[in-house]
Amino acid sequence: MSALWATVLAASAGCYLLKLTGMSLPASVLGHARVQRISRLLPVAMLTALVVTDLFDANGRYSADWRTLAGVGVGAIALRLRQSLVVVFLLAIVTTAVLRAVA
Amino acid sequence: MSAAVTSSAARRAGAVALESLPERAGIIRAAAGIGLYAGAFGLTFGAVAATSGLSVSQAVAMSAVMFTGASQFALVGILAAGGAPLAGLSAALLLGLRNAFYGVPVTRILGPRGLRRLWTAHFVIDETTAMAVAQPTPRAGRFAFWATGVTLYVLWNVGTIAGALVGGGIDTSALGLDAAAPAIFLALLWPQLSDDRARATALGAVVVTLGLVRFVPAGVPIVAAAGVAIVAGLLPTRPRRGPEVRER
Repeated sequence: MSALWATVLAASAGCYLLKLTGMSLPASVLGHARVQRISRLLPVAMLTALVVTDLFDANGRYSADWRTLAGVGVGAIALRLRQSLVVVFLLAIVTTAVLRAVA
Repeated sequence: MSAAVTSSAARRAGAVALESLPERAGIIRAAAGIGLYAGAFGLTFGAVAATSGLSVSQAVAMSAVMFTGASQFALVGILAAGGAPLAGLSAALLLGLRNAFYGVPVTRILGPRGLRRLWTAHFVIDETTAMAVAQPTPRAGRFAFWATGVTLYVLWNVGTIAGALVGGGIDTSALGLDAAAPAIFLALLWPQLSDDRARATALGAVVVTLGLVRFVPAGVPIVAAAGVAIVAGLLPTRPRRGPEVRER
């Protein structure tokens, strides 16, 4: 089995076991105030980190494509205007594609 | 109006036919919207996975078995950037950790027993949890959970297969698909930035990530950002000054 398959399967099994663990632990453990705060902030920190690396990290160098930034920026404006996820998604890729085609 | 119905009354009404569920139409509409996005997002995932060097079966295995979008994109992104498999695995698991916490409200609302619990757990993700907890009664919550879960699962996987099959043949860069993942992550992040602690955490994550990018292997900055959340979560709560929770 390749390292890639091993990683895919381990991550898949691990993610399922995390879901199952949450449904199996007593509510008193996961209901603890600090545990709940950390669980709420974990996606905030990691989603932020994903956005940053997607936009500014090119294999360990700082690098950004202004057309991608513009696309995600238009998506952010759509978010401010309370548009749905589908609209944000479509505006971001269409803006980036159009800018890449013309500039 | 249905808010007047107590949850115990709603549970007793559980034996009544489905037409008695007033939230039904609204839930189906919302689930359809989520399904549409899931199909498009799954298509992107499949294409990105294929262009990152994953086989069609590996991409499909991830969508069918892992079934949690942020973890899947993180793993694929780190592998594509040449990161170590272990860094990708840790990022996927740390991002998947939040699903464990979603188990608490889902168990409270659905109360699955025995083998049913094993099956239900697979569907505990951001969207299904959000839909279930948003309903006024446990009965509507159960319906919302499964309507969203099944729709999303089917379209996410159909999208992944389609994306993975054409992935090698399409120029994801020309289609602007490199903006898809950051835009979706930003959209999932956006509603969570509703209070000062969350905004401070996001700012801290930006600093830590940018600071580490040059010095550590791909994937490590994302795992390190989890440390910011843990520190921010452990800090004591300040006494409230005025309206703390404000709609953006």
